[in-house]
Amino acid sequence: MTTTPTKAPERSVRLIALRKTLTRWDVKVTPYFYISPFFIVFAITGLFPIIYTAFVSFHDWSLIGGQGDYVGLENFRFVLTDPKFLGSLRNTFSIFILSSAPQVVLALAIAAVLDMNIRAKTFWRMGVLLPYVITPVAVALIFSRMFADQTGVINGVLESLHMNPIGWHAEVLPSHLAIASMINLRWTGYNALIFLAAMQVIPRDYYEAAMIDGAGKVRRFFSITIPQLRPTIIFVVVTSTIGGLQVFDEPRMYDQYGTGGSDGQWRTLTIYIYKLGWVDTDLGRAAAAAWLLFLVIIFFGVINLLLTRLISSTGSRGTK
Amino acid sequence: MNVTTREAADEALTRLKRRRKASGATRESRPGWVGYSFLSLVIAVAIYPIYWSLMIASGDETTIVKRQVLALPGPNLLDNMRAVIDSPTVHFWQSTLNSLIVSVVVAASVVFFSTLSGYAFSKLRFKGRNGLLYFIIATLAVPTQLAVVPLFIIMIRLKMVGTLPSVILPALVSAFGVFWMTQYLRNALPFELIEAARVDGASMFRTFWSIALPIARPAAAMLGLFIFIQTWVNFFWPYITLKGSSATTLPVALSTLANNYFNDYSLILAGVLLSIIPLLIVFLFAGRQLVKGIMEGAVKG
Repeated sequence: MTTTPTKAPERSVRLIALRKTLTRWDVKVTPYFYISPFFIVFAITGLFPIIYTAFVSFHDWSLIGGQGDYVGLENFRFVLTDPKFLGSLRNTFSIFILSSAPQVVLALAIAAVLDMNIRAKTFWRMGVLLPYVITPVAVALIFSRMFADQTGVINGVLESLHMNPIGWHAEVLPSHLAIASMINLRWTGYNALIFLAAMQVIPRDYYEAAMIDGAGKVRRFFSITIPQLRPTIIFVVVTSTIGGLQVFDEPRMYDQYGTGGSDGQWRTLTIYIYKLGWVDTDLGRAAAAAWLLFLVIIFFGVINLLLTRLISSTGSRGTK
Repeated sequence: MNVTTREAADEALTRLKRRRKASGATRESRPGWVGYSFLSLVIAVAIYPIYWSLMIASGDETTIVKRQVLALPGPNLLDNMRAVIDSPTVHFWQSTLNSLIVSVVVAASVVFFSTLSGYAFSKLRFKGRNGLLYFIIATLAVPTQLAVVPLFIIMIRLKMVGTLPSVILPALVSAFGVFWMTQYLRNALPFELIEAARVDGASMFRTFWSIALPIARPAAAMLGLFIFIQTWVNFFWPYITLKGSSATTLPVALSTLANNYFNDYSLILAGVLLSIIPLLIVFLFAGRQLVKGIMEGAVKG
């Protein structure tokens, strides 16, 4: 009888203590619990494969037979001395330049018009974004026929203008132009909206001041808009580098064979990786090529970052 | 600019502002006909390929060779589409359903896990927070190709090659999504709200569920939309693992169609048109949100 009154508070004290520890534990552990799904899935499908790619690249590794002997740098030697690799590198680079440079210029021009006090602005913004929702594979199938060497509508137009038809599939540079145009179709409007958003946060006072100083429309665009857009331009160029150097869908579907042309005219690095691994069934060499592609992307990503920085900073220096 | 001209400019500016206020104009001039024609031309060029395919798909296998392209869709369009749907190798409906399943599951998973991580990274304090966030952002630069070979080996081991989970599993989380939600919640969710919930005795998860989640909804919806589209059009990895199986997504089914019927381009383009309809419907209803999402992401990112 006499023990009960003392026991009850004791128990509740212990309960409160327990609750406190639980809460403290909750506060400490929960954040890690929240971010863990990303790291678990990434570890399995991202981090582990990246390390494992290195492991595979040092082995003879067949798609069907699996792991073979350790061969050191042999796979890298094979890829680096393979003329097809060098050709793919050239094609990838060429397609990338032909797609990213005109794309940024055109997107800036579109954004500049959209940035004016335009009527029905939602309509125009949606209009330029429309190609973004069209599957690249579908676009490639359409363009492969529009750019057909014999029967294509593009050559038809050229002929009706009394010009010579162009070998859009047979020749190297024309095929790159055709593939770059598919990439441009999908991303120009998207990037224009990114530029537009950045343009709209430029203080209007800058333009008004320039107007008073007598700067025309063109001058205002190059001396105010472009320098102010610098970080955005860098962002767009770097992301398009990462995406552009991986291009696969468009060149893969540009003809019915998917090998990048009879002579590898438009074979890109990713098609080359696919060919090594899933046509030649040599995963070791494919892994080596994948690592080389990664290095190429990092290399050009950094170069582009520096280059864009340089170009847009000289632009802003000109205004001061 | 030296000081005197700047002062002069400032003065002129205030004068101009006063005049503007008086006239009621708040922004720059409207674009002239050049601007509108330029935009119309851009959109026309972008739409032309679809129009052209519609015309070719309205003919038969000789249309493209003879270059007798119609001006209006013809009766063959529906027949060609039916032939695509009935094709025994393309599995059109099944592929559409598969694309829908994959895209919905991936979008839902990415949205949930990104919101969870974004909430932790923007509002909770824990050791290694910044380092881990930078790590996630850095993974954005890693190309898919780098992981493709081992991923395929893993899928062989798991006996998942040729099944939908092989496409879903690697896409369940997204570094971009985590980054996006972190940025959004950092500004949109006030600390006071979280503290209030904590003082009222809500557990950590309860706080997330009843406070953070409702506030995150607009950004989460946009993220879901983008991931849905991105997953829907994805080709490289699905092609590697699903090619030749009966469980294909739409882009992979399109590649099968193009290979099996390569001499009947009216049929192929009918299939192409069919395949782009679902996303066009999405665009019709959510295009405005897409525009908003891209523009908001651009300013924050």
